[in-house]
Parts: sequence; structure tokens; C-alpha cells
Amino acid sequence: MKFGVVVFPGSNCDRDMIGALCDDLKQEVIPLWHKDKDLSMFSKEDCIVLPGGFSYGDYLRCGAIARFSPMMNSVIEFANSGGKVLGVCNGFQILCESGLLPGALLRNAHQQFVCKNVFIKEEGNPAALKIPVAHGEGRYFASEEVLKSLNDNGQVLYRYCDENGKLTDTSNPNGATEAIAGICNEGRNVFGMMPHPERACSNILNNEDGRVVFSKLFGLS
Amino acid sequence: MIYTAQVKVMPLKELLDPQGKAVMGGLGNLGLGSIKDVRIGKNITLQVEAESEAAAKAIAEDAAKKLLANQVMEMFEITIG
Amino acid sequence: MEITAATAAQLRITEEEFELIKQKMGRTPNFTELCAFSGMWSEHCSYKNSIKWLKTLPRDGKKMLVKAGEENAGLMDIGDGYGVVFKIESHNHPSAIEPFQGAATGVGGINRDIFTMGARPIASLNSLRFGKLEEAKTQHLLAGVVHGIGHYGNCFGVPTVGGEIYFEECYHTNPLVNAMSVGILKNGTTVSATAEGIGNPVFFVGSATGKDGIGGASFASAEITEDSAEDLPAVQVGDPFQEKKLLEACLEVIETGAVVGMQDMGAAGIICSTAEMSAKGKSGMRIDLEKVPTRQQNMKAWDLLLSESQERMLMVVEKGKEQAVIDVFEKWDLPCSHIGEVTGDGMLRFYMHGVEEAVLPAEELVLGGGAPQYDRSIKEPAYLQKIKDFDVNAVPEPNDLKAVAEQLISIPNIASKRWIYDQYDSMVGAGTVSTNAPSDAAIVLAKPTNKALALTTDCNSRYVFADPYKGAMIAVAEAARNIVCSGGQPLGVTNCLNFGNPYDPEVYYQFTNAIKGMGEACIKFDTPVTGGNVSFYNQSPDGPVYPTPTIGMVGVLENADDKMTMDFKNAGDIIYLVGEARSDINSSEYLHKIVGEEYSECPHFNLEEEFSLQENVASLIKNKLVQSAHDVSEGGLFVTLMESSFNKNLGFSVVAGDRTIRPDAYWFGEAQSRVVVSVKVADEQALINLLDNCATPYTRLGTVTTGEIDLAGENWGTVDSWKDKYDNAIGNILKGHENEAALSAL
Repeated sequence: MKFGVVVFPGSNCDRDMIGALCDDLKQEVIPLWHKDKDLSMFSKEDCIVLPGGFSYGDYLRCGAIARFSPMMNSVIEFANSGGKVLGVCNGFQILCESGLLPGALLRNAHQQFVCKNVFIKEEGNPAALKIPVAHGEGRYFASEEVLKSLNDNGQVLYRYCDENGKLTDTSNPNGATEAIAGICNEGRNVFGMMPHPERACSNILNNEDGRVVFSKLFGLS
Repeated sequence: MIYTAQVKVMPLKELLDPQGKAVMGGLGNLGLGSIKDVRIGKNITLQVEAESEAAAKAIAEDAAKKLLANQVMEMFEITIG
Repeated sequence: MEITAATAAQLRITEEEFELIKQKMGRTPNFTELCAFSGMWSEHCSYKNSIKWLKTLPRDGKKMLVKAGEENAGLMDIGDGYGVVFKIESHNHPSAIEPFQGAATGVGGINRDIFTMGARPIASLNSLRFGKLEEAKTQHLLAGVVHGIGHYGNCFGVPTVGGEIYFEECYHTNPLVNAMSVGILKNGTTVSATAEGIGNPVFFVGSATGKDGIGGASFASAEITEDSAEDLPAVQVGDPFQEKKLLEACLEVIETGAVVGMQDMGAAGIICSTAEMSAKGKSGMRIDLEKVPTRQQNMKAWDLLLSESQERMLMVVEKGKEQAVIDVFEKWDLPCSHIGEVTGDGMLRFYMHGVEEAVLPAEELVLGGGAPQYDRSIKEPAYLQKIKDFDVNAVPEPNDLKAVAEQLISIPNIASKRWIYDQYDSMVGAGTVSTNAPSDAAIVLAKPTNKALALTTDCNSRYVFADPYKGAMIAVAEAARNIVCSGGQPLGVTNCLNFGNPYDPEVYYQFTNAIKGMGEACIKFDTPVTGGNVSFYNQSPDGPVYPTPTIGMVGVLENADDKMTMDFKNAGDIIYLVGEARSDINSSEYLHKIVGEEYSECPHFNLEEEFSLQENVASLIKNKLVQSAHDVSEGGLFVTLMESSFNKNLGFSVVAGDRTIRPDAYWFGEAQSRVVVSVKVADEQALINLLDNCATPYTRLGTVTTGEIDLAGENWGTVDSWKDKYDNAIGNILKGHENEAALSAL
């Protein structure tokens, strides 16, 4: 499989994502420019990544303007035909804005940008993973019905927890509904998450749990 | 003809608006405790070229639905001046 | 309008300087030309009251790749064909008026200084000073400044990896906001701030220009009306999104090989960049000002020359390669305008729609050229007598050491700065090694090499207040000590000299003595001063701020694996103090904040003793004999031990000091040149053998425990309860005032 990483104006985790995929996970990566639209070199087995950052300065709403770039039209088409798409942080916001994932990401409950290591856990797996977050608007929100269907279909990928895998008030860094940190679509080919697994793939940084995330999503190790 | 469209974007009523809540607290500290609720949104001004007021409003509505507001969390109102 | 000494005075040009300008021009300048001198001969651009003294600092070294002050930032060789570019700058006065935008544009400006040289910024640091944290004004300023630094840095995508912050009453009206940026480049790819090659086109790139920061000139012009005063913005607004695009576009355009020279537009805008680039290239320029993209109507020539609008660059391009430049900026959707040409006669000629508006000799405008240089008078400050009069014996020894320790750990100057740094993206770039493994200096990978950089900002300004000469030495020594304790080798310094009014002889005494001390220490540690910034006039009617010569220091680790961390690793490890314990509480947080003594001498410091301590600690680390190293600074030995305990929730059991040492001095005193290390039992003898061969004294303090704090046989509870106090002290003071943070985010 290979990866395409979309660079929007204002993306600032694109280089980190490319570095983690190429250097740490030894994957083939093709950088993609937001003004282009050609995805013909990718098959359904491949994955397009929307990296973190502040696309278009986060002006208006995070991800709202990036969603209308030529490349995003192709990404939406690619996702709708079954191709894999991963959005991290700002990428998650873009996926929600574009309707590829349900819900929205609101300003953090405490009104401040937050950057630190947090713990997240998969549904049904108590093991806590230590992954960095860095965002001002990461409070996941969705209507009651949407939440119900996310839960019923097992679309919640990760929830914030403490280091022992317990969901507590203090372990939720942004006030996200039901401590949701990441979700996928019904077809399970579009993934979005606020935490940054690409910042946690290297032993020199003492943060390697990001590898577990990439392994779960794409079977990489 | 150029019409001025004001698009008022507000967080959905049922949604917590922490910014508004914090500002209300700040106003309370200033002795303005009689203010019982604060909600904060955006006001966006568009200059729209259209045949009629109704047409201008339709264009602004289109813009609001597609980009200016995210209806998952926001509502909007349009006035043409 | 007729130009007289009165016009000059309105532009803050003295009568003497006005005469000098007329003499250099050979005629009376017109208003626009006078405005150009006003900007260029301002303190900020000309360093007129400091340059003579700055030149006494050590500014040479074999690893320096550009001369100090010659380019926008310092550049030093780190080996493997790469160089580090770094600089610190103040944004004190803008932040006092509008903390959010003031701090944000400070971060933006310092990063432009880095990438205008062709380097990619990889780390930001800062050094902040506010009044007492309990004051509402301080909370407002703090919330705004922290939010501003975060807003700009987070969006721009450079990790904020370190810094320092102090709360002292003297900064109540005049907060200090110093921002440092560090970048990396491949040697040989540096872009110089020069204009060379007659006929080469001059390009303006980046944001459109508005009337930002030109209040002075406009108010002095006869043409100002009330209406036009209204559209003069009091603050500059930063746009980190635009700057991020500008960064990528500039680095990309450099790769095309079309760029001859480049300089960002900061203070004094276009006039400064055109003058400095021309003076450096011994050339001149012809500029058509109407070609500068603007965002306000009816801008006059002087508006355009002096505007300090953000996110703009001036670029000299090789003739014939214009299209390559235009293409890159088009790709990034940034304005890019061909506004003039390089000429050969040393003159700057500015036109507006073909009409000549100003003709100025570039060399006469700039620092090192025609700009005036002054040496001001000096008088020993009266307060120093009060410091000499301080008698430590008048301070009774406390009965309850634990109660003092509990107060100390919660003092905002000592307590955890988590409330602040959690708002900064410290991990973007995936190169911050110190996030999960804290060390005295921040450690950032110097990709693509295997090396790492150790970065720190330091200045205990109370020490400098007590003794400007020795206090400034301590600032340099502490920075070097932090780098050494992190496993790095100190490389070079950038300084940000924050002082009061230089026309006050007592302030000038502080300034000149601080320079002397700084210079001597920099020579000793072989860390040349590569550049920096001077900020005078930090003063209110109550007097000047503490003299604050902030040191930004860069060190190198040959390999990131060579790093040393500050936290205890395993229960059972042995704790040693390297350096000498002293009966000294001078200028400590304990004496100042808890005893309440404003005036006391600077703590013990001896440059030779410090230097050999650092050599010895470096060899302990190099020989892999220690598990942790953490220097003793604010709060003394007790706080150092606590800080080493927190990360892994370990504790310590340590013995009391010598009877000749006051217990409060032993635990809370801030005598310099001490480092706490921990060592595995198996390595203890090797450590002793090494230290026995050194001049530096050392003491076995005790052992690392699983969490109990045992001090001189007394149980002081567990690490958790101390950590709670330490972690939440600042947040607790701000509690109930969270609104400030929210309001600053509006």
C-alpha cells in the first residue's frame, strides 16, 4: 500500500506525517498539492492522509475552506468509491466539514489551545496509548442520533482515558462528547482523529504508541 | 445592482457556548450581573450583485449553507440592506 | 511644508541630529526624507545608545559563519555541513498596549529574521516578565501574551520548546516579552541581506501594506486631520497563516537560485530594508512606491516607507530569473510585485507615479554608517547602598522549614508553568526530545543530521539588579550550565537587553556593567554573542524595571542519544551534590518572597569555580556515570530535589548540611555553581574516582526513594502532595479569573 499526504496552505504537520510514514514506518508516500486533483496513481488499497495544521489559517471555521479545494473534491470521490482516507487533527476537522465523517469539532471546553500527551483507548481494549494532542478546537460534537449510530455501529475508534484506561473527567482534554477522540465512517474506510499518531512513532522522542494506531488502521507495524 | 447582505451566524441554541458563558462571567465581574445570557457568533457582510433583493438573498443563503455556516453546530439569518 | 527643527522634534529627532542630517544631505531634507531618518536613526534601528558597548562583547569565534550583527540573525556551524540560525528579540512595548497582538507579532517578527536567511525555523523559546500574578492587570497581560504566542507559533507550525517567566512588581506597567527563534540550514545556502548587481530587479513579497506603526510620522505631518487619525491602527495585527505561506514560498524560491539577497520588513519597514541591503551591497536602489501592494487607500510616500505591516519581505532577484520568483509566489497565492531596481550610486531614490519623493544616501541612514553613536553618562545607582547595608544576621532562621518549603514550591516564579506551556504546541516538527524526558535545556533534533540542539533562555534579573556585573555573568553561566546538564556543548549566545531609560545615568550604569559581566562570561564559556536586540525605556513613573539582559543560548549534542535528563530514574540510586553548599540566602526567592527583603547582594558566584563545575559535570555525563543532572537555581537545593522527583513520582531521603551553614541557606539558598546528580549504586565508585580528581567539591546527599520525602531525618510526606502544590499553584491563582483567558481569545 502507499500513502498520499495532501498539503494545504497552512498545513504544518505534513512534513511530520511524511517523516513518520517514510522513515519510521518505511512506507511509500506521495505528497499531494491542494490545487491538483489527480489521484489516479492510488488504488482502493492506498490511503490519502489529510495532515494537521491550520489550513487556510483556520479562518471562518477549522477545515471549512480547505474542504472546497480541488484536491478535496477528488478525495471525497476517492473515499466514496471505497478508498482509505485518514484525517488527523485539522484533517479530522476537514473530514467533518466535508461530510465524509459525521459531527463537528468545536472550541475546547476550557477555551484554550492544549498540547500535551494524553491517553486514548480503543473500544473494547483497555490498553491505554500515549499520544500527543495539540488543538484549540477538538471538542467532538454530534447529535444524539448520530452518537447512537456511531456507538451502535462501532464507529468510535478512540476515546480519551487515563493511563489505566479509565474514562475520567480529567482525562478528557477538550470536553469532547463521550470522550470521543477518533471515529470512522460506516464503510470503515474514512478515519478521523484529533490526537497525532505521527508524532509518536520514534524512540528518540520517547513516544512510540503512534505505531499501534497505524497498525490498527492499516496493519502497519 | 449591488446589495449588502448581512449573514448572522450563531451557535445552535441547544449547544453550549463556552465563550459566551465566559464572557457573561466577565460581565458579571464588571457589575453587569443583570445580563442573563451571552451567546457569541459571527456577522459576515457580503456585497452581492443580483437582479433583485430576493435574488441577492438566495445567493447569500447559498453561500451560508455551503460555507459560511456549518449547520451541524450553527444557524444563520440573512438580512439584505 | 517648511522643514524645521520643530518638525524634526515631532519626529523625535534632536536638534543636534537634525543639523547632522542637513550636513550629511548637503541640504534640508524634505518631509519624507526626514521621516526616513526618523525611522532609521531611532533607538530601535540605530542602536545609537548601545552600539559602542555592544561592540565590546566577544563577537568572534571559529564556528561563527557570519559576523555578529551583519545579518538578520546569528549563524553558527554545528558540523556535518549544517548551521544553526538564531536570534532573540523584544516586543515589550507593543505587548503592554495589546498583549495578544503584541506577543503574536513578536513571534512572527523573530521567525522572519530566521527564514529570511534561508533557514527553516525548528524551535521557539521565550522569556517573559510580568507584575505580581495576583493582580488583575497581570492576569490580563499574561492571558493575552500566552494566547498571542500560542496563536502565532502554533499556527505557523514551529514548536515552542522552552522559556522562562518571572513575576515581579517592577514589571507591573512594563511587561517584557522576548521571543527567540532557532532555525537550521545547509551551510552554503545562506541568503544574505544584500543588494548587489546593478540592474537586478527588487521585489516586494508578502502581505499588502497598511498604515501600521506609522503614527509618529503621520502625526508630525502637517496634513493629518482628525479623520485620517482614525484610520491609523494603534496595533499591528499578525497573520500567522500568511507567514507560514511566506516561509514555504521563500524557502522554495531560494532553491530556484534566483535570489541575490533578502531581508524581512520589520521596524521602519521599506526604508530600513532598502537602506540596509543597499549599504551592505555598496549599491543603491530605485523604487516605485506605487507598485507596493497596499490595503489602505491614499497612502503617502512616508506611509509606505515607514509602515510596519507584518509578513513582508524585500528581495533582490537576479535579472532574467524574475519568472521563477513570480511562479513560486503565485503557487502560494502571495502578492509579489516588482517595485524597482538595484543601482550603483549608493543612493535610494523613491518615486510615486514618476514623481521623485525622496533621495537618500543609504550609507548615512544605517547603523555602522552615518547613524549617530552615543556614550551616555554613568552614575552608581543610589539603591546599591541599601544592598550593601543588608545584614543577613538580621534575618532569623525559620522554625518550621517544611512550612517555608510549602510556600516556596507554590511561588509562581518556582511553581510549574504547565498552565502556560500546555497552550503552546511544543511537539510539532516531531523533533522535541525533551517533552517526555525533561532536561534543564530544551533538546530538539537537528534534522537531517544525527545531532541535536540544546536551547535555553535565562536571566534572573533580581541578581542583575543586585549586581549588574555579576548578575549578567550568572545569566550566561546559568544558560551554559543548563546546556551542560542536558548533555550539550555551549555554542553561542543571542541576547535581549531590556533596560530602563538610557538617559538616566543610573540605568546606564546597570547597562554598561551588565555588558562587562556578560562579555567576560561569554569569553570564558567560548560562546560568542552572535546578535540580539536592545530594548530601552522599559520604565514607568515608579522607575525602571529590573535590568534584564536575557541570554538565549544554543548548544550542540553530537548525537541526540548523548542527552542527559533532570529526573531521578530509580529508587535506590544515590544522590550527590556537585559544587559547594554555602551559607548564602542573598537575592533568593526565599529571602525576597517569603522573608520579604527587597535589597540583598547577588548570590555567591565565581566564574572560575563555575567553569570547572561545568567541566566536571560534562565529564560525568560523557562517561555515562549519572542517571540525572539538574542545576540548583531558584528555590535552592530543596526545589532542585523536588523537580528531579516529579516526573517519575519518585522521592528522596537526604541528610542535613554542615552545621556552619544556616539550614534555610542550605535548603533554599541560591548560591551558584551547584548541580544535583543521581547515580546507580554500581557506578558510585567510578563517580567518586572521577570527582576526586577534580577541584570541585562534592557531597553525598542521600538516596532516591519510591516516593517518600525524607529531609534530614524528618518525614515530609510523599511526592504526590508536593507535586499537587507545584503543578496547580499558578492555575489556582488564576482560578476564578479564567474569563481573562476566554476574553483574550475573542
